[in-house]
Amino acid sequence: MSEIAVSMRNITKAFGKKVIANKNVDLDVYHGEILSLLGENGSGKTTLMNMLSGVYYPDEGEILIDGKPVTIASPKDAYDYGIGMIHQHFKLIDIFSALENILIGLPEKITDKMCRKEVEEICNKYGFELDLDKKVYEMTVSEKETLEIVKTIYRGADILILDEPTAVLTPQEIKKLFAVLRNMKADGKSIVIITHKLNEVMEISDRITVLRKGENVGTVNKSETNEQQLTEMMVGEKITLDIARDFVEEKHKRLEVKHLTVKNIDDKKVVDDVSFDLYSGEILGIAGISGSGQKEMLEAIMGLQKCEEGSSVIYYSTAHGVHELIGLSTKEIIQHGLHLAFVPEDRLGMGLVGNMGMTDNVMLKRYRKGSGPFLHRKKPEETAQKIKDELEVKTPDLEYPVRKLSGGNVQKILVGREINNKPTVLMTAYAVRGLDINTSYAIYNLLNEQKKKGVAVIYVGEDLDVLLALSDRIMVLCSGKENGILDGRTATKEEIGYRMTHLQEAQ
Amino acid sequence: MENNNIKEPLIRIKKNDDVTPVQKAIVIALAIIASLIVSALFIYFVTKLDPISVYISMFKGAFGTARRTWITIRDSALLLLISVSLAPAFRMRFWNCGAEGQILIGGLSTAAIMIYFGDKVPTFLLIAIMFVVSAICGALWSFLPAVFKAKYNTNETLFTLMMNYVAIQIVEFFVDFWDKKQSHSVGIINMNTEGGWFPKIFNQQYTLNVLIVLAITVFVYIYMRYTKHGYEAAVVGESVATAKYAGINVPRVIRNNVLISGAIAGIAGFVEVSGISHTISKVTAGGRGFTGIIVCWLAKFNPIAMVFISSFIVFLSKGASQIASDFGLNEYASNIITGIILFFILSSEFFNNYSISFRKKNKGGNR
Repeated sequence: MSEIAVSMRNITKAFGKKVIANKNVDLDVYHGEILSLLGENGSGKTTLMNMLSGVYYPDEGEILIDGKPVTIASPKDAYDYGIGMIHQHFKLIDIFSALENILIGLPEKITDKMCRKEVEEICNKYGFELDLDKKVYEMTVSEKETLEIVKTIYRGADILILDEPTAVLTPQEIKKLFAVLRNMKADGKSIVIITHKLNEVMEISDRITVLRKGENVGTVNKSETNEQQLTEMMVGEKITLDIARDFVEEKHKRLEVKHLTVKNIDDKKVVDDVSFDLYSGEILGIAGISGSGQKEMLEAIMGLQKCEEGSSVIYYSTAHGVHELIGLSTKEIIQHGLHLAFVPEDRLGMGLVGNMGMTDNVMLKRYRKGSGPFLHRKKPEETAQKIKDELEVKTPDLEYPVRKLSGGNVQKILVGREINNKPTVLMTAYAVRGLDINTSYAIYNLLNEQKKKGVAVIYVGEDLDVLLALSDRIMVLCSGKENGILDGRTATKEEIGYRMTHLQEAQ
Repeated sequence: MENNNIKEPLIRIKKNDDVTPVQKAIVIALAIIASLIVSALFIYFVTKLDPISVYISMFKGAFGTARRTWITIRDSALLLLISVSLAPAFRMRFWNCGAEGQILIGGLSTAAIMIYFGDKVPTFLLIAIMFVVSAICGALWSFLPAVFKAKYNTNETLFTLMMNYVAIQIVEFFVDFWDKKQSHSVGIINMNTEGGWFPKIFNQQYTLNVLIVLAITVFVYIYMRYTKHGYEAAVVGESVATAKYAGINVPRVIRNNVLISGAIAGIAGFVEVSGISHTISKVTAGGRGFTGIIVCWLAKFNPIAMVFISSFIVFLSKGASQIASDFGLNEYASNIITGIILFFILSSEFFNNYSISFRKKNKGGNR
């Protein structure tokens, strides 16, 4: 193997007294290799790389570039050493064109023309497809990512760090990205990919370094490992990676959505004439690139979005009869006792109150219960205790602000509250986003249990493998339109990926 | 040679979120001690006075005699009431900068009742009427910004601020309207009959002030912590999206809580006019509507904490004016001293949230 490009030695970084993000981590990156940095959320992958790219400064340890110790105290230092990082949240200016974004912050003597020529050379060399005059706000996520990578290379980075580059890409886009990365590797560049997706790790990397709870638990060559071993390294214990999918015989229609249309403030249709039925005892998966109307669709059903004329959502329940939901406010839905549960995407910004404890969060939808002007905290407190015990929520006490808890515990509280009300319909948006493997599987199990109890479940997801393993049916959304409802047992990833980006004409 | 490359940043700031209450108390105590030392240096080198005697005079200014103590209590109570009035609005992140105007309007309505009915209605009935009317008037003064915020999401900071100037002009108008001697002042209202003045209770002039303020403080505390409406306000303040998700009628919650806020500020005007100054002028509020904002923030909207903070601020200002008169200093010098003390206490908050580490000297080269 070739020379070492970067070494991190004995790196430690703590935030406050409790959170030790990295502890005595050693890491080597060689020239001309793709290294995957694998680990669960919160295992310290991004923090470690942020120290390499000058965002953070390590508490202890040292960094060597080509064998020489260096100090990286700012992103500028990092660039001087040829290190560039593409963050998960892109750092681009929306109203500027691709070329303008590349030029920002560079010396004035570099003209548009010079820059354009060099950037085009880079694109040709590695096989990037990039329209330099396109404004960023008109770009797809994949184009933005390409721009970020090109920008980083143009600025002279030989060591590229990509933080979860595939998180929001379709299977087709991921293939393209990987092809480009391989070209760069062949050119001698070093690439570090931060990820937690095992199949991608196995596809692209040469070596894999696994972090767990801030520590390096080992580096393995791809050729000598498999997904099962990597999972065990990540989690620290043996776990099975199968998602159960039982078939529930008895099905009743629970929701009948017809011509649902929602416009945003710019009068653009974000949900466009969507119709589907939802049955008890099934999980309906919703696939689509993010921002295809998933959020607005669920919110519209909950009475949180204004719907256009002609929209209709009919709710059928054995206990409460038939209701038209469009036109009802959220308060009316709650007060009529319609058992719609909703786990929104933005957990702390919409589903929970971050500064309140479990008890106060559990009563969020039920605080009106009981007579008089005063709150009745006793019942919610019992419920909170029950959720804490059953879902193993780790919190010092029921009054501890939930925003200080880990993402997994926050989601357990939210899901726990929603299923505690014995829902007829349970809608979840990105229910496992940012959660560790164990918690993710705990959530899948909860959803499956609900399904078996006869609940009609909607699961909006981004990981197609999970969607295919969990859902009975999968509805694909594309630009706010329903683009096919497929059988979860027979559909393929490629087909879904294609439908996510290509609207079917004949419907 | 390589060592020259190693340039660790000199100071690094780290978030520190696990500070125990005891540590917090120690930090504040250290801040007060440090502020006294720095002020002492200022006193010694700039004003050439003995710092110890200046501090003693400061203490005497606030608590030197029974009368001074009562005045300190009276002013603390009023500032507390104003701070408490802001809490329901601030809790919702409605930045009510209009307490000043709401106090003036509450005070103006009180003065009007004293002038027209002061000698015709029994004292306790009169006080009850003034209490209710001042609350209504203060609430009305906050009504417009509240409705605009709730309906059109206008900027409440500017809106409430502008309402203050309208209130000042209205008060000016009535001062001239009631002023018979062309002295541009209404003078002490009902000087001889004391009609509409707070009566002495337990032979103390300001007992009623304290009772009203404490009752309202406890009320607001309970309202915010234990009632459904208080809970709604807290949810709205945290996240409007969460509030909508929970089916809370956000505009209604904003409107109601701002009305409560205005009503209490109006009552503060009533306490000031009927219980303290017995007159009305454009300086009746005297900037306390803004000082109240500081108190409310420092107390993190907790009415109980406001009791201590408002007392401390009043103590400082009483002390400052005492120093000024005792030592013939100008007011500015004593204001600098209180400024130093406040600065230290405010900035001590930083050390409760962050810790600082310095570059380690000479790490012994590279391993």
